[in-house]
Amino acid sequence: MLRERIQASNYSFLDKLRSIDYLLILLIIAIGLISVFAIYSTEGGKFSFYTKNHIIRLSVFFSLFFVLSFVRVSTWYKNAYLFYFVGLVLLITVLFFGISASGAKRWINLYFLNLQPSELMKIAVIICFARYYHRIQSSDIQSYKFLIQPIILLIIPCYLVIQQPDLGTSILIAGSGIAIIWLAGLNIKYFVYSGLLILVSLPFAISILKPYQKSRILTFFNPDRDPLGAGYQIIQSKIAIGSGGFYGKGFLKGTQSYLEFLPEKHTDFIFTLFSEEFGFLGSIILLLLYILLIYRIINVGLVSRSFFAKLYCFGFATAIFLYVFVNIAMVLGLLPIVGAPLPIMSYGGSSLLSIMLGLSIVMSCKIYNQEQISAY
Amino acid sequence: MLNRGRNIEKGRVITRRMFILAAAKILLFAGISSRLYNLQISDREKYEILSDKNRIREWKTPPQRGIIVDNFNKVLASNDRVFQLHLILDEINDFDVTVFKIKNLIGLDQSQIKKLYKKKERLKPWDTLVVSDNLTWEQFSKINLYLHELEGAKPVLSTSRFYPYANDLVHIVGYVGDASPKDLEKPEIKENFVPGLKVGKYGIENSQEKMLIGNYGIKRYEVNASGKRISQIDYIKERQGNKVNLTIDIEIQKYAQELLKGKAGSICAMDIYTGEVVAMASSPTYDPNKFTHGINQKDWQEIRNNPLKPLINKSIAGLYSPGSTFKPLVALAALEYGILDPNKTIRCKGHKHPYELYGVKYHCWKKEGHGYMKLRNAIKQSCDIYFYEMARLLGVDKLSIIAKRYGLGTNVLGDLYNDEKNGLVPDTKWKRRSLEQSWYLGETVINGIGQGYIQTTPLQLCLMTAQIANGGYKIKPHIIKDESINYKDVINKIKLDQSNFPLHERNYLDDIKVEFYQRMYHKKSNINFVLDAMFGSTNEQYGTSYKSRYDDLKYQFAGKTGTSQVRRITDLDRELDLDTDQIEYKKRDHALYVAFAPYKDPRYAISVIIEHGGSGSKAAAPLASKLIKKIIDRHKLREQFNNGNTSLA
Repeated sequence: MLRERIQASNYSFLDKLRSIDYLLILLIIAIGLISVFAIYSTEGGKFSFYTKNHIIRLSVFFSLFFVLSFVRVSTWYKNAYLFYFVGLVLLITVLFFGISASGAKRWINLYFLNLQPSELMKIAVIICFARYYHRIQSSDIQSYKFLIQPIILLIIPCYLVIQQPDLGTSILIAGSGIAIIWLAGLNIKYFVYSGLLILVSLPFAISILKPYQKSRILTFFNPDRDPLGAGYQIIQSKIAIGSGGFYGKGFLKGTQSYLEFLPEKHTDFIFTLFSEEFGFLGSIILLLLYILLIYRIINVGLVSRSFFAKLYCFGFATAIFLYVFVNIAMVLGLLPIVGAPLPIMSYGGSSLLSIMLGLSIVMSCKIYNQEQISAY
Repeated sequence: MLNRGRNIEKGRVITRRMFILAAAKILLFAGISSRLYNLQISDREKYEILSDKNRIREWKTPPQRGIIVDNFNKVLASNDRVFQLHLILDEINDFDVTVFKIKNLIGLDQSQIKKLYKKKERLKPWDTLVVSDNLTWEQFSKINLYLHELEGAKPVLSTSRFYPYANDLVHIVGYVGDASPKDLEKPEIKENFVPGLKVGKYGIENSQEKMLIGNYGIKRYEVNASGKRISQIDYIKERQGNKVNLTIDIEIQKYAQELLKGKAGSICAMDIYTGEVVAMASSPTYDPNKFTHGINQKDWQEIRNNPLKPLINKSIAGLYSPGSTFKPLVALAALEYGILDPNKTIRCKGHKHPYELYGVKYHCWKKEGHGYMKLRNAIKQSCDIYFYEMARLLGVDKLSIIAKRYGLGTNVLGDLYNDEKNGLVPDTKWKRRSLEQSWYLGETVINGIGQGYIQTTPLQLCLMTAQIANGGYKIKPHIIKDESINYKDVINKIKLDQSNFPLHERNYLDDIKVEFYQRMYHKKSNINFVLDAMFGSTNEQYGTSYKSRYDDLKYQFAGKTGTSQVRRITDLDRELDLDTDQIEYKKRDHALYVAFAPYKDPRYAISVIIEHGGSGSKAAAPLASKLIKKIIDRHKLREQFNNGNTSLA
């Protein structure tokens, strides 16, 4: 313990600056800039509400990210459960005092921001699980006693988020949690069994879904079932992306979005707009930026000494991957439309906040990568 | 140190599992990339088309219908500017509300609204509903004023058909109306149709649709997802339909129509060399302008219930026994086949001693009888007895060959008019085939005076007369100008042929096919004999149309009267011998007259039929006489105009 403290306090500020992963920061800035252009384009090339807001948020949250990067990993570790608990309380608050929009009750009015606690929960689950598995001996991981706790910790927020209703976020929360359980080394058979279980219970699960969720899933399998209704989004999104071609229609020239054929183009369908205007080439470049981002996050995990940092980084990298994959697969018509934003790109304060928060923890892992955390 | 070992093991597990996850991630990203490749590169074209379909909406603009002009380029059917109101159905959210608003604005009554709903049911959800195709300026400006409140409403500046000569031409030009589902199956209409466009329903308007309809224009707009126009991308201008040039002279046509006023009947006039129909009047008539915007029930009933049947184009769809107008042709046939010497004398002894064949009596129309008759006199005075005997000697089959050759038994204008009748020239074969009976000699006898099975249209009689009058040459009758033929050459050729008395290589007594502008006679003298006899009929005392003659050589014409019985004449009728006025209208004879003019160097043939007009000499010939004067007065003008001197127009 003493050594750890000494090590940590030994870092001079210059050292800390030196150990920042600048490539990671560059990637964040690159994706952030692209997102500004994309959102500028959703407004038809006018510098107005969404663009302004997005720029303000990006700068504020980026600053926050930078500042929080210097928080020590051990501090994050110590407050991991608190983080989770606050998230849970906020989710329950939503249940009672949340504000609704288009049939979903997801937000808490914080006056300067409509906070979406489910977005914070995505990070909270990862950090909470990282801490949980940090202290568990590898011999104990397989025991039911230690398995039941994370499962309960996962089910509670997932249930609350489904109730909002927000299937997409709920799946992403569950996905990140399961990813960490996997990383911690739980026997593969559990994953196989639960996978089979899900498959078997799928018909039952569909039956308790909300009608709009059901129709989304049904139209996913056959978008032409209802081309002007539930299938509209998928069809229009595919048309937009497909018509972009290799080089795209050009910046501000995406007719599909400009003429308002695209639904929710500044949030969930921002990739569609980007892909229509910048084509296959632009899409692949954006995809590569995300892959690089994920690679950098994993890299931080690899150079970190503590299990907490490793688990957190690998888990967060997987979460980012899931967000990107689900979102893009969704707009490409490979997955049902479930409502999942594209990290950094999509307009939305809470999502951006949680991603930046998550990244700041990654950065803190990087800066303090030599820090040992004892399992107390 | 056990702890440490465990920790190392745990670290390894985490790293290993991370790599497994990373591999999965790479796979899934590869999946996304291949999907992107699929959409944006392989299927790009498909999605580009879909994208354009999304953003580009086409509006068709109606073409102007081609105009129809007469021989002198006088406009017979033109286009007027009209104001229309269309509803774009897929832009309307609540049809009831829109209709209610429109109703209040332009004042529709209950039955019109009912019609709208009916119309709407027949349309597809993306079709255009034409609420009104003829708004007043006041209504139109009101609609434009409140347009922002009327979703889906589209005020359209369009054109509609106008017929300046209204009643005078309806049977030739026809009229337009809304396209029926059947009309829309026709390719020329289907290809060029725009909602609200009127299509030809009858006559030239109908048969020349391909010429007249034109091509619609296309306005392409970029629209947003809610269908709002953002910008016009391009505009392909509509093309007006082609002009259709008729051979009709509207002045003559008008006059013919005037002569027929108050009567049921027809007058046809034709150039005997070119075959151009100069007038083709049918009476009674009706106003085609009433049909343009949908005729109202009252007017329609009036037309329909008129006992004189205005809807029937009597010139080509009316079938009549030719009566005595057939006699010149019977005489020609008898002469051509050498059946009898024109100097052969037959005695007509009046009603007391009729012509008898196998115990059946055949009477002459003249009660007192004509006395001793030779062929020329028999034609001139129209003696039935002479023709009974001549027909008996000739036989129906030979007569039918000549009758068909001179234009009877087939329709004259081809497929221009869907209601044109073929008429009927009977022969023994025909009777056996269609009635499954053998021919009776008695039938030949009455056929000789143009009664019995034989049926002709007035235009056929006109053609027949024309082809005798031109010296026996086949002509091509037509009502639409044929620019491909130089008529000056045609006339010169026929006239040269006439004066040459050419030797014939073909046997004109057989049932042969004759080409256009070729001779149809066997012996020139026979034609001349008939023409001379027709001269006598009009210009010599005792001739049946002597009273209608002109002594002025310029107008002098030759013709043949006809009185066609519409029922069997009984002995009682003969005894009563009632005047036409005293007989019930429906039972009165049809009055007919055929003529050609001027007698010296003829140019026109004419046929007149007055239904139930009584005798041809009293009811038909005077009309023909008047019209002939008009035609000849206008001949010079027409000749100059047709020979390229268009400055007269």
